[in-house]
Amino acid sequence: MLKAVILIGGPQKGTRFRPLSFEVPKPLFPVAGVPMLQHHIEACAKVPGMKEIILIGFYQPNDALSRYLSSAQQEFKILVRYLQEFAPLGTGGGLYHFRDQILSGGPSAFFLMNADVCSEFPLLEMLRFHRDHGDVHCAVVLATTANRKQSLNYGCIVESQKTHEVLHFVEKPATFVSDIINCGIYLFTPEIFTHIGMVFQRNQEEKLYSGCSWYRAEVIHLEQDVFTSLAGQQQLYVYKTQGFWSQIKSAGSAIYASRLYLNQYLQTHPERLVSSQEGGCTVNGNVFIHPTALIDPTAVVSVLLGPNVSIGKGVCIGAGVRVRESIILHGASLQDHCCVLNSIVGWDSTIGKWARVEGTPSDPNPNDPFAKINSETLFRDGGLTPSITILGCNVNIPSEVIIRNSIVLPHKDLSRSFKNQIIL
Amino acid sequence: MKALILVGGYGTRLRPLTLTVPKPLVEFCNKPILLHQVENLAKAGVDHVILAVSYMSEVLEREMRLQEQRLGIRISLSHEQEPLGTAGPLALARELLTDNDEPFFVLNSDVICDFPFEDMLKFHTHHGKEGSIVVTKVEEPSKYGVVVYEGETGRIHRFVEKPQVFVSNKINAGMYIFSPSMLNRIQLRPTSIEKEIFPIMAKEGHLYAMELQGFWMDIGQPKDFLTGMSMYLQSVRVQNPEKLCTGPGFLGNVLVDPTAVIGENCTIGPNVTLGAGVVLEDGVRIKRCTVLKGARIRSHSWLESCIVGWSSSVGQWVRMENVTVLGEDVIVNDELYLNGANVLPHKSISESVPEPRIIM
Repeated sequence: MLKAVILIGGPQKGTRFRPLSFEVPKPLFPVAGVPMLQHHIEACAKVPGMKEIILIGFYQPNDALSRYLSSAQQEFKILVRYLQEFAPLGTGGGLYHFRDQILSGGPSAFFLMNADVCSEFPLLEMLRFHRDHGDVHCAVVLATTANRKQSLNYGCIVESQKTHEVLHFVEKPATFVSDIINCGIYLFTPEIFTHIGMVFQRNQEEKLYSGCSWYRAEVIHLEQDVFTSLAGQQQLYVYKTQGFWSQIKSAGSAIYASRLYLNQYLQTHPERLVSSQEGGCTVNGNVFIHPTALIDPTAVVSVLLGPNVSIGKGVCIGAGVRVRESIILHGASLQDHCCVLNSIVGWDSTIGKWARVEGTPSDPNPNDPFAKINSETLFRDGGLTPSITILGCNVNIPSEVIIRNSIVLPHKDLSRSFKNQIIL
Repeated sequence: MKALILVGGYGTRLRPLTLTVPKPLVEFCNKPILLHQVENLAKAGVDHVILAVSYMSEVLEREMRLQEQRLGIRISLSHEQEPLGTAGPLALARELLTDNDEPFFVLNSDVICDFPFEDMLKFHTHHGKEGSIVVTKVEEPSKYGVVVYEGETGRIHRFVEKPQVFVSNKINAGMYIFSPSMLNRIQLRPTSIEKEIFPIMAKEGHLYAMELQGFWMDIGQPKDFLTGMSMYLQSVRVQNPEKLCTGPGFLGNVLVDPTAVIGENCTIGPNVTLGAGVVLEDGVRIKRCTVLKGARIRSHSWLESCIVGWSSSVGQWVRMENVTVLGEDVIVNDELYLNGANVLPHKSISESVPEPRIIM
């Protein structure tokens, strides 16, 4: 029997996702029309023998999370639980803290994944690889290829070409080590806890001797504390995937991740994509429209959506509206002739007639097959880095203005055009 | 009577429009700039108009021959082979201007207003001296040369170029009427009429100022072209309101050529001119713009303070603002944003221009 553990973080994490993360925990943010977590859960539920999914994080139990978990349980007919850490314990601390729960029922192995990654989730292939390679007690790290410069932003893996063992692992090195990077998706056997346990003991001893009271001994970083010492011991193996993968750290990366998942729907969930022939609006590329969204029935054909557009629950779209490379969240209203490009329009926001809401795409270089999305800083050269435009929840954009490369915080009524600004 | 219009050269301030069409023939409110002046001169009794050009254009020659026939007046071109300044062209055209001793008009070709030619003649004849200048009141006189004159008689005391402190709020409006003897003051060489001729005439008491009533604009550059258009359309509203378009979808003063085609759910105006054969597709919002002949604005686009050149095509869901000027035959792709873009003719724009710049 198998289990899956998903690390969902907490409110102190995911600050690059503001202001969107003010309304909803980041793992529940809709990507390609469904909550970010759902892509993980769907992938796990497809694995034969998967009996339970455990979410670990330090969000306080809230309505949104609880409601989502119970609906996921019902829909996927699989046990889904949330275990709340008493404090942020790092990528390994919570895992260790809840090891008894994870191991209850005697799973032969379990997956561990970060919530804020977008992936094809080649879980069956990882299982097969695990059976075919090395000792049955080994751990498998899913990896992909990055370009040299960007690899420095990730965990870098040096691989034995013959055995696929991880010879060396280093998190965010200062100089180039390897272009094979860690995806944040792993397959562990219960033996992993022995190794984590040793780190835990060592930390406890250090704390005792150092006398620092603020230093929390239970915090364990899987990558720095565990993998780096496991490398080269025939305990850690790497499975390289050709499938798509991206981190989802910023709002811009949510749009990029949407594109990857919407494209995957062609194979896995074609019913979630809109086709142009349905006598509805005109569609380019892959578009998700929630069944409760309403498009002006008198002028449906004048609306042009896509590529890479997700329209949420109850969204209203007027005549002659254009949306491209954007996410329109639940309850928003797009009035006649407006144009939304490379933006995220927050819940219940309104965009007036002929208004233009536009951001700058932050996509990875399409000519480089290994390029990953950049994690740009918010400011650069004294100004706001041109990026996706984000409207928080309940923002009202008047007609005929332009909002470009800006971030608008929730519950704001704008009265004029803005460019390259954060509007509080 | 005769009139000399200082047309000048390449009209570089009105580029990119003047890269394909000589400035006098660029349509202002659906009529070539020059024709606004020439038609009004003809109405005031001028039977011979001389165009002082420093750059000869076959297109201009051809067009003027057509207008000669149409208006029943004579139009000559006086071509300066080397730059003669603002007074030299008068000396060059001396023969044509002095075949009788009637006064003659001189106009700067970029001026648009309610042309007061009959009043100018009356005023000039009344004081009997050699020259009369039309002046107009402006809000920011220090951008120009101001005229200091006696209020009652109009006798000009002096000129002050771009004064630092307030001297007067009347500036030279670029329209004059002279007696033929005035030409004796000008030699055939590069001469500035404002700097070299007028100050002497003023000292001798031979220069008088007549204040212009109504609107005035120098439309030699795109920003002022659009301001002038708005002023002119307002004057049309007062004098010939039937020429403007009204009804649902029209706001303020809008001038539409009868052959223009307008789609559904457009909102047009205030201050819009649509030329012959212009097409506006559904859902277009356009204000404070001139759209020249044959251009097409595709659906759902939003334009403010723009000039769209002849035969250009603006794509769907485009936003253009802040004195964006498209030359002839420019294509703007769908969904772009143009802010103060100055686009040369025959260019295809496939990327947004978020900050003002010139696109070659």
